[in-house]
Amino acid sequence: MELVCPAGSLPALKAAVDNGADAVYIGFRDDTNARHFAGLNFNDNKARKALDYASNKGVKVLVAINTYPRPGGWSRWTSAADLAIDLGAHAVIAADPGVLGYVRDKHADIRLHLSVQASSTNLGSLSFYKERFGVSRAVLPRVLSLSQVQALAKNSPVELEVFAFGSLCIMAEGRCWLSSYLTSESPNTVGACSPAKYVRWEESESSMNTRLNGVLIDRFAPDERAGYPTLCKGRYEVNGKLQHALEEPTSLNTIALIPQLEQAGIRAVKIEGRQRSPAYTAEVTRVWREALNTYKANPNGFAPRDEWQSTLAGLSEGCQTTLGAYHRAWQ
Amino acid sequence: MEITLGPLQYFWEKEQVLAFYKDVCEWPVGRVYLGETVCSKRRQLKLDDWLGIAEQLQAAGKTVVLSTLALLESASDLAMLRRICDNGRFTVEANDMAAVHRLSELGRPFTTGPLFNIYNALTLKELIDCGLERWTLPLELSGNDLSAILGQADELGLTGRFTTEVFVWGMMPLAVSARCFTARAHNLPKDQCQFVCKDYPDGLAVHNQEGERVFTLNGIQTQSGRCLNLLGDVSGIQKRGAQAVRVSPQAEGTHEVILALKGKPGEGTDSEWVRGNNTCQGYWHGTAGMVPMADITP
Repeated sequence: MELVCPAGSLPALKAAVDNGADAVYIGFRDDTNARHFAGLNFNDNKARKALDYASNKGVKVLVAINTYPRPGGWSRWTSAADLAIDLGAHAVIAADPGVLGYVRDKHADIRLHLSVQASSTNLGSLSFYKERFGVSRAVLPRVLSLSQVQALAKNSPVELEVFAFGSLCIMAEGRCWLSSYLTSESPNTVGACSPAKYVRWEESESSMNTRLNGVLIDRFAPDERAGYPTLCKGRYEVNGKLQHALEEPTSLNTIALIPQLEQAGIRAVKIEGRQRSPAYTAEVTRVWREALNTYKANPNGFAPRDEWQSTLAGLSEGCQTTLGAYHRAWQ
Repeated sequence: MEITLGPLQYFWEKEQVLAFYKDVCEWPVGRVYLGETVCSKRRQLKLDDWLGIAEQLQAAGKTVVLSTLALLESASDLAMLRRICDNGRFTVEANDMAAVHRLSELGRPFTTGPLFNIYNALTLKELIDCGLERWTLPLELSGNDLSAILGQADELGLTGRFTTEVFVWGMMPLAVSARCFTARAHNLPKDQCQFVCKDYPDGLAVHNQEGERVFTLNGIQTQSGRCLNLLGDVSGIQKRGAQAVRVSPQAEGTHEVILALKGKPGEGTDSEWVRGNNTCQGYWHGTAGMVPMADITP
């Protein structure tokens, strides 16, 4: 399986390349990609340097242009696609049918990968994107169980890439509008969920309140570690009971599933986290490279090492990890 | 302006569903969407039951559209989708590309629902080429966005080739997941959910720690905490070029809202469902979806 790693900056890209990524995915400095955060991502010049650095070491660069343009911004998305083609990127990762059609019609020598934001979870949908747009690969949303992934891989008309590690989005990506419900901005429109500019940390003697556009998301006792108010990971009251009604603050970690994913014919595993530091990218890439190599050297004797697990847990939200939807009981 | 009744999002008792649609036969709606769109485990009404309801509604003069699941995960989900698409009598609402794939193979025209991501007219064009004849504006888009998309559609020569519908009333479906949140609230795994969602005919309320209603749980779907109410914006919606407004069935208030939309004063306009406490209008007016009209500066 190919190891596909995130880079939100040139140092992160170098960290990914140097630590064994097969491919690195990046985005440009605007709302054309789903990690549109201040200070993150690549302008023309940095993107060229990134391409040079990666291709010198035989590593592919994939460009995410995976948000949904509205008519007023359409030219930004086409410029982004033009730039990706001009840079000689290996693939464009897109979700919007308009953008997919634009890249198809350019007849350029660039692959199309279907972004997770397109929320393609079944053979009918995958076939549509292949037949209509010539998509070569699809990134599956984090909503399928392992047996569903295996079943899909058996007959998939396109290569499949799955999420391996990182922040856990529990909704079908591209089909969650909770962020814009609270803040007006969503991953689809502006490329951010629970955007930082709406976040407020309120500290008092008895508690730390975290808010999103004024709405209380969670309240932490002084001895608790207060997490970022991602709206689906707050504690809410349901039937009179206070709980993580949607999900706990936790990260996805599928290192234990490497044999099953490999045997199912999954072509690539993706690390989440373009918004994270170069140190994060370096560590996660290093651990996953080692794990994939270990599996390759001895497929039958593969077992995740404690050192990998503890390193990954240390880089995770709330310092805990889960198999997420891959594990049926999670659902 | 055509009034449509969206698919029932909740899991009601079978008798309640049958009684509801029997009433709908008498309501002033032109078009009714039928079928399960949320959870493939909700099977107490079989396809034949839905088709039976469809025939009754058709006999009452309604246009009937069969709606489909938004999240298809298994071969059996796809097989059911195929049966619906292949029904041969009623048109279909696609809520996933799998439905578009099948319907375009069959050469059958289709509608897209509010969960279908159409953010620009280039996307509309791709789908019109596949057979789209009607679309529903995605919930998070505004009146200005609608105008921009229709303007761009005009530039692409698409005007007259499709109908535009806007979701105007009901709890907004805002996310789908593999996880069943209603079962989770009851500490049950999805595979042994005991259909607890049946106990919540208008969904299960989620409040934050300050008592503010933030979301509503409906199985694997997460809905808005406030009810969308664009009844005061219908003329604006029409002016911007939409031809139909969609009301989404709730356990209470749906009939009153439809009467109010139809402009029958006294019958519905005064009800609390129409005036509505705890409603919101933000998305249409270009701000956060939860924001009520009172807090929107013109």
